[in-house]
Amino acid sequence: MKLLFHIGQFGILMKRVFSKPDNHKVLFRNMLKEMDKLGLGSISIIMIITFFMGAVVAIQTALNLESPFVPDKIVGFTTRDSIILEFSSTVTAVILAGIIGSNISSEIGNMRISEQLDAMEIMGVNSAGSIILPKILALFIMMPFLVIIAMVVGISGGFFATLSVDSVSVQNYIEGLQWDFMPYKVFYSLIKSNVFAIIITSVSSYHGFFVKGGALEVGKASTRGVIYSIILILMANLFITYLMLT
Amino acid sequence: MIEVIGLNKTFGNKHVLQGIDFTINKGMCNLVIGQSGSGKSVFLKSVVGLHPVDQGQILYDGRDLTKLKHNQLKALRKEIGMVFQGGALFNSSTVEENIKYPMDVFTKWSKKEKQDRIDFCLDRVNIQNSNHLYPSEISGGMQKRVAIARAIALNPKYLFFDEPNSGLDPVTAIVIDDLIQEITKEFNITTMVITHDMNSVMEIGENIMFVYQGNKWWEGNKSMIFKTDNTELNNFVFASDLFKAIKTQVS
Repeated sequence: MKLLFHIGQFGILMKRVFSKPDNHKVLFRNMLKEMDKLGLGSISIIMIITFFMGAVVAIQTALNLESPFVPDKIVGFTTRDSIILEFSSTVTAVILAGIIGSNISSEIGNMRISEQLDAMEIMGVNSAGSIILPKILALFIMMPFLVIIAMVVGISGGFFATLSVDSVSVQNYIEGLQWDFMPYKVFYSLIKSNVFAIIITSVSSYHGFFVKGGALEVGKASTRGVIYSIILILMANLFITYLMLT
Repeated sequence: MIEVIGLNKTFGNKHVLQGIDFTINKGMCNLVIGQSGSGKSVFLKSVVGLHPVDQGQILYDGRDLTKLKHNQLKALRKEIGMVFQGGALFNSSTVEENIKYPMDVFTKWSKKEKQDRIDFCLDRVNIQNSNHLYPSEISGGMQKRVAIARAIALNPKYLFFDEPNSGLDPVTAIVIDDLIQEITKEFNITTMVITHDMNSVMEIGENIMFVYQGNKWWEGNKSMIFKTDNTELNNFVFASDLFKAIKTQVS
């Protein structure tokens, strides 16, 4: 029953979010600000995380698949596919849900408890649309770029890792990267990233928007926003994988 | 003018507002007073449409807020300015950006027109050289004045104040009271103030409603308060020794 209530309330909120904006110019300006804050602000952390993930995947593959029956280029191949299919989009999204999601929930939650959202409503502004929509659009646009950066940096991480592993040569790693490459997998990952962007921003916003109480409740809402975002990301990941890869 | 007729509001089993009738007159400071928990904030939020009402009419110059369609309500809200208890300033925007916000959203004014209006509003509330400060960098009294400047940015016809003096020292509170009164008269606005500050009542109370346990218990003006024999109102207004002494002196 509670789940149905939340689904209904979420639906009503999204209807308000995607209703006609009060002012397109203001929406565009806010969207650019959010692109800077949510997108560009996340690049460094994503680069650090995916670099080390790529390196670890390459080393583990090299150590675990060391066999005369397995071609050496398998390391590059596995690293590439792991990074492109999962790590660049899903793992990045999970990390961003933690960083951006909690940020969004607490920002909107604070606006709720300090009556800033009420002040907007009194002015005749659609508070949901003017606060949440720029965030959804911004991350929707920026997420594919973040994922592409994650792919490049992750694969580079694997490359640098192979320099320290005796069993794989750089030549084999590069050959493996090119082996049986399917651009469709990149497309699949980018589509996933767009869906994850919507989940992170909308779910976190929802939890912040309906906060009641004080600072403690804002913190709880922020945690809930992150948890539900991650669960929904993983569910959506399974669904999209069934849809696009099977 | 705003006419509130038979306003009822319940939260679960609690009947918070029980058929309140009140006329908020134009060009006058209309005060709603009452103890904490008496329902006056709920009354304000119902009148401005933040809480849906269960029963009753709220007529803004004949337009019933409870029956307006979405677009009509949006249009009406552009005529409303409100100053919240904590100011409700956008804390990630500067003083100037706070005042400019409604202009950005609802007007097609040029940059210069907007700047002129911002300067006028800030000047009207006696704030200088603080345009680029953030709300956290200014005092509570200044925050209230900036909130008033934002509320009058688009020339509202109706102005609401939710406990404008809470958290302010007596001197700043008088400044805010005077400002409310001046703005009301100067722009001929329909103003409603929610308060439990007796100084405000004595300073600007031209039309006062006393709310007690969700009911309208008394209505009058500041001079009538001294003559009333309403027990609950007397207990509320003359709770402090200072006001008891004033009453004795006046009587």
